[in-house]
Amino acid sequence: MAIEEIIRLSEVTKRYPMGETEFTALKNINLAFHKGEFAGLVGPSGSGKTTLLNIMGSLDVPTTGEAVVLGQHISKLSHKASAELRNRHLGFIFQVFNLLPVYTVYENVEFALLLQNMPAQERKKTVYEALDWVGLTALAHKKPDKLSGGEGQRVAIARAMVKRPAILLADEPTANLDAANAHLILQTMKRLNDELKTTFIFSTHDEKVMGYLGRIIHLRDGCIELDETIKNKPLQR
Amino acid sequence: MLRDKNRSLLPVLIVAIGVALTVFLSGYLRGVMDDVTDINARFETGHVKIMTRSYAENKDQLPVDLAILGVDSLRNSLKKQFPEMAWESRMRFGGILDVPDASRNSRGQGPVLGMALDFLTPRTKEPERMNIPNAMVRGRMPQRLGEILVGEDFAQKLKIKMGDQVTHFGSTMSGSLSFKNFVVTGTVRFGMAAMDRGTILVDIRDAQTMLDMPDGTSEILGYATESAYQDAQMQSIATMFNALQNPQDEFAPVMQTLKQQNNLGELIDYSAKMSGFYVFIFVMAMAVVLWNTGLLGGVRRYKEFGIRLALGEFKGHMYRSLLLESVVVGVVGSVIGLFIGLSGVYYLQAYGLDISGMMENSAMLIPSVIRAKITPDLFVIGFIPGLLATTLGAMLSGIGIFKRQTASLFKELEV
Ligand SMILES: Nc1ncnc2c1ncn2[C@@H]1O[C@H](COP(=O)(O)OP(=O)(O)OP(=O)(O)O)[C@@H](O)[C@H]1O
Ligand SMILES: [Mg+2]
Repeated sequence: MAIEEIIRLSEVTKRYPMGETEFTALKNINLAFHKGEFAGLVGPSGSGKTTLLNIMGSLDVPTTGEAVVLGQHISKLSHKASAELRNRHLGFIFQVFNLLPVYTVYENVEFALLLQNMPAQERKKTVYEALDWVGLTALAHKKPDKLSGGEGQRVAIARAMVKRPAILLADEPTANLDAANAHLILQTMKRLNDELKTTFIFSTHDEKVMGYLGRIIHLRDGCIELDETIKNKPLQR
Repeated sequence: MLRDKNRSLLPVLIVAIGVALTVFLSGYLRGVMDDVTDINARFETGHVKIMTRSYAENKDQLPVDLAILGVDSLRNSLKKQFPEMAWESRMRFGGILDVPDASRNSRGQGPVLGMALDFLTPRTKEPERMNIPNAMVRGRMPQRLGEILVGEDFAQKLKIKMGDQVTHFGSTMSGSLSFKNFVVTGTVRFGMAAMDRGTILVDIRDAQTMLDMPDGTSEILGYATESAYQDAQMQSIATMFNALQNPQDEFAPVMQTLKQQNNLGELIDYSAKMSGFYVFIFVMAMAVVLWNTGLLGGVRRYKEFGIRLALGEFKGHMYRSLLLESVVVGVVGSVIGLFIGLSGVYYLQAYGLDISGMMENSAMLIPSVIRAKITPDLFVIGFIPGLLATTLGAMLSGIGIFKRQTASLFKELEV
């Protein structure tokens, strides 16, 4: 059974200028992701997790090597094309400060669709559907500062998922949450992964997250230390 | 964007305050300068003034010996050449006023500064121009030769009553002693230090007699009859007039515009510069404040733009929305600020600000009640800084949008 390959990194190296010298954040990374994966980048602080997510999210380009996301060569994209790619096909969830504080929950979720010029009727339906996925239809007209941390992250999931992206990139999405909320979030994401076949890629330190992952990529000093696939259905605590 | 009350309120407020201050200060400065110009024109410089070349060079000493002679024919030719102007002889002279008692002994005397103007020609505009009807404290204006007005303070000091006879001692044009008796018909107080210290006012003909220069005067002032002072127009008149005079002759008349006299030009230009400077300072200050308070681009907005970038918004689109937002903030703030600023200017225009206490010792012709002035360009002056500051602020923070590396998004958002 050939499963569609949606991300391929070949010999990806990322260096940052550091004064006179350069700092190598990623070294010759070779990595592929397939549709429907629920994978995590795990490693100590500074190991390059965020850098890798940035490149896969078309927010950054590799210094050398190739990154192909959904058939597009990241290094060769114009500003517009990479914005377009992010807008249509990639979802992001950040650790904190995910939501635009001036908009209501509804408007936050709606934002990406507005950029796509989706007609109003369809937009409304789609937004409520996304809010329904995360169980927050009741809070649609609240402002983000009235939400708890867990609710905020669920809105972030709804916003990332509302456009039904092919890939969802989440940088430490549970780092600021208590255990109960973390599990709720992860279960929600896992369910969406099952239902919509969205590919999820996390970066995390969090033991709780690892319990859900179908694949764990261990990073250390910018290199892949271990790429393990968890065969069994992940245990759910 | 505009629904965000908190986010828009503060910048609107800052813009409003800045615009209000700019408008107020500009209006205030405008009013003061207009008053200073107006008062100087009325009392001293005219819109243009004719003196002899050497009088002009030494005019601080009031050198009557360097006066213009042949005034009648000069004024006649001026009237022909420049019919749009009114031409008036004036003279200033120093002397001593002596107040005798019933037995003709001196009851008291003091130095005075004489001003001679045309009181007696039928329908003369001069007393009104010098605001004398309003300045009258006691008595009436001179109605025939030999009548005199004295400063109220001086009159009080020497206990002068209406109808008293006084004697003015001075020197004639040729330097010999002169004295002349006058009847005091009234007292004046102008409310300007420079005009209220020992001033006496007599008709120009009396002065001519007294100084022994029947067809002479030290100054001829020209006033545009239909308009306020207009520099370009007055300059062209002065140029035309001066071209006809002999540059070698030190007694030839020369014409100077208001701006060329008493450093008024510098003062007027300086105030215009100050006005521009205020606007500049406020624009810069507001722009920096707006930019720095993060209202148009601080940390909060920075993160917001980060998220919007990540959500796939184009940078150009974001930049435009930022500018649009700032224009709206600028307009709303400017309107509010304009309203506040103009109210302040209006208040000063209507009621004035009495600064006579501060000005007691000033020798300059400065009005003792400051009035601001509402002029149409205040609206422009108000809008320029408001709009400029917000757009500038937005553009500054907008640079951040373009310069920032999308790569650092996750980094910044991690915090
Ligand atoms: N813009 C940058 N300029 C210079 N160095 C950078 C930059 N971004 C990241 N680095 C460096 O690259 C290395 C990898 O950073 P990265 O953020 O990918 O690590 P991480 O695994 O996400 O760490 P953490 O768990 O703390 O988030 C770090 O040492 C970091 O200092
Ligand atoms: Mg990181």
